[in-house]
Amino acid sequence: MEGKSSYGGNMEYLKATELKLGPPGTDILQEATSGVSTRPKKRAVTGPTEQHTKSKVQVVGWPPVRPQRMNSFRARRNETVDESGGVYVKVSMDGAPYLRNIDLKILHGYKELRTILEGMFKCSSLGGAEGYDEEGYAITYEDKDGDLMLVGDVPWEMFVSSCKRLRIMKGSEARGLS
Amino acid sequence: MKVQSAMFYFPEEVIEHIFSFLTHHPDRNTVSTVCKAWYKIERLSRREVFVGNCYAIRPDRAAARFPGLRSLTLKGKPHFADFDLVPPDWGGLAGPWIEAMARSCPNLEELRMKRMVVSDESLELLVHAFPNFKALVLVSCEGFSTDGLAAVARSCKSLRELDLQENEIEDRGPRWLNSFPDMCTSLVSLNFACLKGEVNLKSLERLVCRSPNLKCLRLNRAVPVETLAKIMNQCPNLEDLGTGSLLADQFSEAYVSLISALQKCKKLRCLSGFWDASPLCLLAVYPICANLTGLNLSYAPTVQGQDFINLIQHCVKLLRLWVLDSVGDKGLAVVASACKELQELRVFPSDLFAAGPATVTEEGLVAISTGCPKLNSLLYFCHSMTNSALITVSKNCPNFTRFRLCILEPRKPDPATNEPLDEGFGAVVKTCKNLRRFSISGLLTDQVFYYIGKYAKALEMLSIAFAGDTDQGMTYVLNGCKNLRKLEIRDCPFGDGALLADVTKYETMRSLWMSSCDISLRGCKALATKMPSLNVEIINEWEAEMEENLNNGVAEVISNNNNKHINNGNDERKVEKLYVYRTVGGPRTDAPDFVWTL
Repeated sequence: MEGKSSYGGNMEYLKATELKLGPPGTDILQEATSGVSTRPKKRAVTGPTEQHTKSKVQVVGWPPVRPQRMNSFRARRNETVDESGGVYVKVSMDGAPYLRNIDLKILHGYKELRTILEGMFKCSSLGGAEGYDEEGYAITYEDKDGDLMLVGDVPWEMFVSSCKRLRIMKGSEARGLS
Repeated sequence: MKVQSAMFYFPEEVIEHIFSFLTHHPDRNTVSTVCKAWYKIERLSRREVFVGNCYAIRPDRAAARFPGLRSLTLKGKPHFADFDLVPPDWGGLAGPWIEAMARSCPNLEELRMKRMVVSDESLELLVHAFPNFKALVLVSCEGFSTDGLAAVARSCKSLRELDLQENEIEDRGPRWLNSFPDMCTSLVSLNFACLKGEVNLKSLERLVCRSPNLKCLRLNRAVPVETLAKIMNQCPNLEDLGTGSLLADQFSEAYVSLISALQKCKKLRCLSGFWDASPLCLLAVYPICANLTGLNLSYAPTVQGQDFINLIQHCVKLLRLWVLDSVGDKGLAVVASACKELQELRVFPSDLFAAGPATVTEEGLVAISTGCPKLNSLLYFCHSMTNSALITVSKNCPNFTRFRLCILEPRKPDPATNEPLDEGFGAVVKTCKNLRRFSISGLLTDQVFYYIGKYAKALEMLSIAFAGDTDQGMTYVLNGCKNLRKLEIRDCPFGDGALLADVTKYETMRSLWMSSCDISLRGCKALATKMPSLNVEIINEWEAEMEENLNNGVAEVISNNNNKHINNGNDERKVEKLYVYRTVGGPRTDAPDFVWTL
């Protein structure tokens, strides 16, 4: 991944790294969702990558498992606190072929977080405190409740205790969060 | 004529006595239709009523008809509400029912509700309106908090059963456990496993001490091993236990205490909970495994591999087993060799997002079917399935009454042959004559529906997702399944043709659900026009409607006036979610904005 100069628009990597249900390499789910959801009544999704956005969105209510069970899976999946007390969270970036792990405990604030992430993923711009520019990215995270949140809203300590994983989203997709 | 005059010689008491032997609801419903006299006797002597769809009848009417009612069972939202397919505030309100019962049925003792919205106020009313109230069972309900539970604990003097299964309960603190009366309680069954918050442990211990009749106790995750040990020492007669968190250090005092306490519980038959279970705590459970008939490990991802095998091999009398797929085919093979009496198996997915290797496959299922021929109820989540496995399974276990197979990836074919799974599922319906409930998945064509329509004569509930090719598929089912009561369909290419293929069929069913299919507003309107005894409801999310109105330059305010939206021209619009059910109660009066009754 070092040496990759651009992350936007490389379709193969997009497909390889996008979130989906089922083992990687299967495209059937993508067909399933995009085939069904071309109705005018669907909530509008902005951005040029509409097709990919739809296929990244999990199929609502599938698999048919009650929310109580879903939540207990999430809780287990993210309980990766190591013995030394570090808080390691996975960091994914849209378009990147593999994820990274960082220890939030050793950082002191959002600015340092941004610097570290920029170094890890060698992106040109991760945007300013208020958001991001057209070509840039937004840093988001999944909190204890499983919700996707924009990084920077809560005090740093609160963020460290509630952050379960980080995701660097492309600017066009992340617009909806602001 | 002769028969009729003969009946006049029977006093009402005798007829009532005869009716008391009829416990099956359909039988009682039938006798009530024979003549006016029997209708009257039956309704006054009826003690139990089951309402499968709370909107099928008005609460007032049900309450007025059965003034002697002691036990009421109510179901609210459609089944797919469990999977977030029904928007919040859709309905299923318990309030009107409780109020109606309070007015007309003072002898109510038991209330069981599933998928309904219950408020704290309704719970208050419940315990004050019915002096003999004894049992409250809430399954998949929401809308209340621990304050409501406190009201029940405080005011219900003869409470025997408080059973909370998988509800969404707002946590307002642990004090509700203090609210039980200070003297001995009549509690037989207490289940608060679904409560997410903290529990006052001392109150719990004291409550158990003064509940000598306790047979079933299911704790939540906040209860540690120390408290569990103390409780178990107080209740050696416990038959059903849901543990709290089973995390214990090596040979701590709590752990030692737990072992000795468990050994005294000779009557323990059913175990659940097992949150965070450490292998050490599982060791403590071994001595009681031989008598277990029910075991639920589906919230215990830590119990896998050799730990699971060590545990399950002792459970030779097991009838019901719920596990996660992390036990693997290997674990299921051990189940097959040890649990010869097994009747019900549920295998839940343990990690929906991992791209790791599949943990249970068709091999595990085949092994189970080979080793456990008494199996009659199955829920199985897996990553793939083959036709030949399904054919083998149905040969081995012809007694299935409930068969639900969920292949996690929609439309996935048989990986061995790349064919659809029509033949596999077809084999199940051909062999299992008593099949009442069926859920299918994977790649499926109209052919599987042909088989279902032809062979599944006892079928009452069918769940379909991402299946079928044409309207013919759904039509096979509607035409063939004589006993069908509930049909729920999502993401299938069935359109108006299928919907309207046999409209009178829906009067014989409880309900039909169709979402993300190919039906249009025109088809739904046609159904509503032809069948006035049905409520034909469309669920349309608000934002989409507002967006469309703005896009069309129509600046009208969204109101609850359905007609404006329904009749603004385009009947070819696809309907996202349709819910049809028979009713004598007319259109809903409590429908929210996004539910349109045609």
